[in-house]
Amino acid sequence: MKLRSATQFTAAAFALAVLAFAAPPAVSADKVDPVADEKAFKKFFYDKFPKLKPEDFVNGPYSMDADLYKQWQDKEQFPPYEFSLELGKEMFSKPFKNGKTYGDCFPNQGIGIRQDYPTFDEKEGKVITLELALNRCREANGEPAFSYVRDEMAALTAYMAFTSRGKPFNIKVPNDPRALAAYENGKEYFYTRRGQLNFSCATCHVQSPGERVRTEVLAPALGIVNAMPIYRSEWNGMGTTSRRFTTCNSQIRGVPLTPQDDEYRNVEYYLSYVSNGLPISGPGARP
Amino acid sequence: MRITTLTSIAALLLGATSALAAGEDDYKAAVAAAEAANKQAASLRNQWTTTASTLAAAKKFADGGDFDKATASAKEAEALAKASIFQATSEKERWRDLEIR
Repeated sequence: MKLRSATQFTAAAFALAVLAFAAPPAVSADKVDPVADEKAFKKFFYDKFPKLKPEDFVNGPYSMDADLYKQWQDKEQFPPYEFSLELGKEMFSKPFKNGKTYGDCFPNQGIGIRQDYPTFDEKEGKVITLELALNRCREANGEPAFSYVRDEMAALTAYMAFTSRGKPFNIKVPNDPRALAAYENGKEYFYTRRGQLNFSCATCHVQSPGERVRTEVLAPALGIVNAMPIYRSEWNGMGTTSRRFTTCNSQIRGVPLTPQDDEYRNVEYYLSYVSNGLPISGPGARP
Repeated sequence: MRITTLTSIAALLLGATSALAAGEDDYKAAVAAAEAANKQAASLRNQWTTTASTLAAAKKFADGGDFDKATASAKEAEALAKASIFQATSEKERWRDLEIR
């Protein structure tokens, strides 16, 4: 009996040891590897839509549906974001009360730099989006911050995106544990189900791009932020990235966070990074 | 046998009556539980809009003096808040199931 127990114990211990060596080390699942993520992310979408060229993904639903594509081509003759673009250009060049301009807050006077945002601020240890940088610029120059979801912010970002059209996203995640954590938190936010409908961002934009939700064709996550800000017919106006994130949350019956909370900044960082190399197409227009 | 049956029926009726006739105290207890659960959901950054709207409905019923409906709505709001807590907690690990690798 004793011998039998000892044999069973040894066999069990051996089996456990084999399992322990056979299983991949736990750390590999948790290792933050943005380069591998970007590669896998792009491969997923390129395999899912083999007929599309990489740069087509920045056109969202228009690349997924032939009829929508034709409508969009017609719409681009007189784009609905044009008024916002003009307003943004005017606002951008108008000096603040202290005589300085937005351009003074950015590299290259703010022209052709949208593709570098969000960026990671090593002093602060946090992600800085373009919308946040614009409001910080205002506040540093004695001006009140704009709402992150209203027309003024959309106009400013529309103009800055326009000056970067065609330039590839160039988001950097430095080898800094805080930057890697922000990136990973953004990824977690993107894939986490929330709201009473139990949807994650990925439910629509990874699992179902090209499919319809009611009358809308869902855009692929790859390249989705390249077109921001966007004019949406549904909104009858312009929308910032902040507006897009908060309305997505409401639509799945989740209470939105405050615009530019860490979660939103981080998810924009993640989504922009995995779209590196794809051209800026903003401002965009969507149904 | 007959006495046992009658006792059981009476107990059931009493239970049903007390469940149907919720008073202000029942409502206050139910709404406090719902608000506590919703506060926990907020700390997990995962409140649901339906929890808030169901709580608002409960308060409206209570303002109109209908504590039966107010209590029922408050209990529903608590259930919704608890579901959002469960979602946030389980998603801490489950999000990786959706990840593109």
